[in-house]
Amino acid sequence: MAQGLKTIIKKELADHFSSYRFTIIFALIAMLSLITAYMVGLNIKNELAGVAKPRFIFLMLFTSSGALFSLVQFVAFFGPLVGLVLGFDTINRERNEGTLSKLLSQPIYRDVVINGKFLAGVVMIAVMMISIVMVITGLGLLIMGIVPGFEELWRIFLYLIISIIYISLWLGVAILFSIVFRSTATSALAALAMWIFFSFFVSLGANILANALSSDTTESDPDKVMTRAKIVKAFSLTSPMELYTDATATIIDPMRKSTRSMVSMGPLESISMARFSGPLPLSQSILIVVPYIISLIAIAVICFAISYTVFMRQEIRSM
Amino acid sequence: MSTKAIIETHELTKIYNGQAAVDQLTFIVNEGEIFGFLGPNGAGKTTTLLMLLGLTEPTSGKARVLGLDPTRDPIKVKSRIGYLQENMGFYPDLNARQMLRFVGELNGVTGSAAETRIESALQTVGLFEEIGKKIGAYSRGMRQRLGIAELLIKDSKVAFLDEPTLGLDPDATNRMIELIQSLARDQHMTILLSSHMLQQVQKICHRIGIMIKGKMVVQGPIDQLAQEKFGVGKEKYSLEQIYMKYFQEA
Repeated sequence: MAQGLKTIIKKELADHFSSYRFTIIFALIAMLSLITAYMVGLNIKNELAGVAKPRFIFLMLFTSSGALFSLVQFVAFFGPLVGLVLGFDTINRERNEGTLSKLLSQPIYRDVVINGKFLAGVVMIAVMMISIVMVITGLGLLIMGIVPGFEELWRIFLYLIISIIYISLWLGVAILFSIVFRSTATSALAALAMWIFFSFFVSLGANILANALSSDTTESDPDKVMTRAKIVKAFSLTSPMELYTDATATIIDPMRKSTRSMVSMGPLESISMARFSGPLPLSQSILIVVPYIISLIAIAVICFAISYTVFMRQEIRSM
Repeated sequence: MSTKAIIETHELTKIYNGQAAVDQLTFIVNEGEIFGFLGPNGAGKTTTLLMLLGLTEPTSGKARVLGLDPTRDPIKVKSRIGYLQENMGFYPDLNARQMLRFVGELNGVTGSAAETRIESALQTVGLFEEIGKKIGAYSRGMRQRLGIAELLIKDSKVAFLDEPTLGLDPDATNRMIELIQSLARDQHMTILLSSHMLQQVQKICHRIGIMIKGKMVVQGPIDQLAQEKFGVGKEKYSLEQIYMKYFQEA
């Protein structure tokens, strides 16, 4: 390990754990996920009373929406916020306090500073996601009295990994802004704007774009409907949230056969579908989501690479 | 005093946005010396220090610190130089012990060796009673002394002190000056001291260099400069008068 990396990670972790900011956001997310899991658990229990239990019932804790949204949707929306909050002032706060040049005048390489900070953030995210999932699993055991199967545990594990990558991606974005902007307020706002844009506006934009590209939206020609759906899909895949939602939905819901949300079927087709409605094996689910996971990692790596280059080139002047 | 050069630069130049912040700077600091690095604000003193530390790349010219090239060997150079920067740059939420432990770890000083070194360093600078206090609650003078303690933790052979007496009250200034002298005397450190407190500089520095607009206009022992400028010994003229003379000429 590079010299000083461990020291910096250790210090960053201590800072994170003792900061109010992290405590507040962690409490908020833990509370919301607890409530969600509790309501979903009760729901499932009531609905399934006296009915033969379907397979993979345990995973329904994560996917079915109780009162408002499911846990998976919740993490997709608000997980990025955790990454942003952890990272938006990483470098510029140190710059403003004059501690960055102190750090850099010690015998460590410059990249160790951002690597250490990024890794410490990833550890925080992992701790948070794992504890939330553990709490929900425990709660599910209590409420429903069902033990998750081996495959279900694997799927939950994969879900965790994808979620950690997804939130780390936003951490990378936040760190990038903290390097580019001198003021912490500016970097926080820029990161928030980015989050809102990719989480809410891309799907809106996709529809507008599709309307513009396909001539007539009222057309009932199946080819045209398909083209339009494809445009929407392709465009919305630029959003990490879309990538994440599709990937996790496939992993955590074995009944899903593809990442596509729209399947157009005739009546005969749906009958034949119903005959083959068994769950997808884990290996096949993984096969479907691998490209999505790779895209997520690629975006994270690109963000980090840009941060790295910008940081290495920045002049240490009057800091 | 030996005459081995610890710091050596040759036509060192740094250009920011087309303007030369440091312009063909050539100077030498010898071993065990306290070198007074003088000059108005914005003359390029800090930039020179950053280049000698390997934090900023020179546009042209050469620099040698302890025989090493700071641009090529920044890690080695940084492990041997203690840099007390103008704004100090301490984490306000840490206490003195945690801060020094952090610096020690980054320099490979860990375990019980680090703890004893931390305690003796804080004793030397007179901060042992404040060891558990958060740095955010320290006065400016205390922070400066903590900065000196940091140099002791690193056990550096060379110290760059950038305005160590800036904004200190007279009592704290005297304490700081005594500390700096003891560093050179007891720890055999070579010290590059940048300051505006000309009286103090005159008291403790062996040689001085005056830098104006990125250029070193003169360097040498103070009495030699007095001799050159006024034709008399330093008893007659204060460093302040010499400095002003050069400043007006530039």
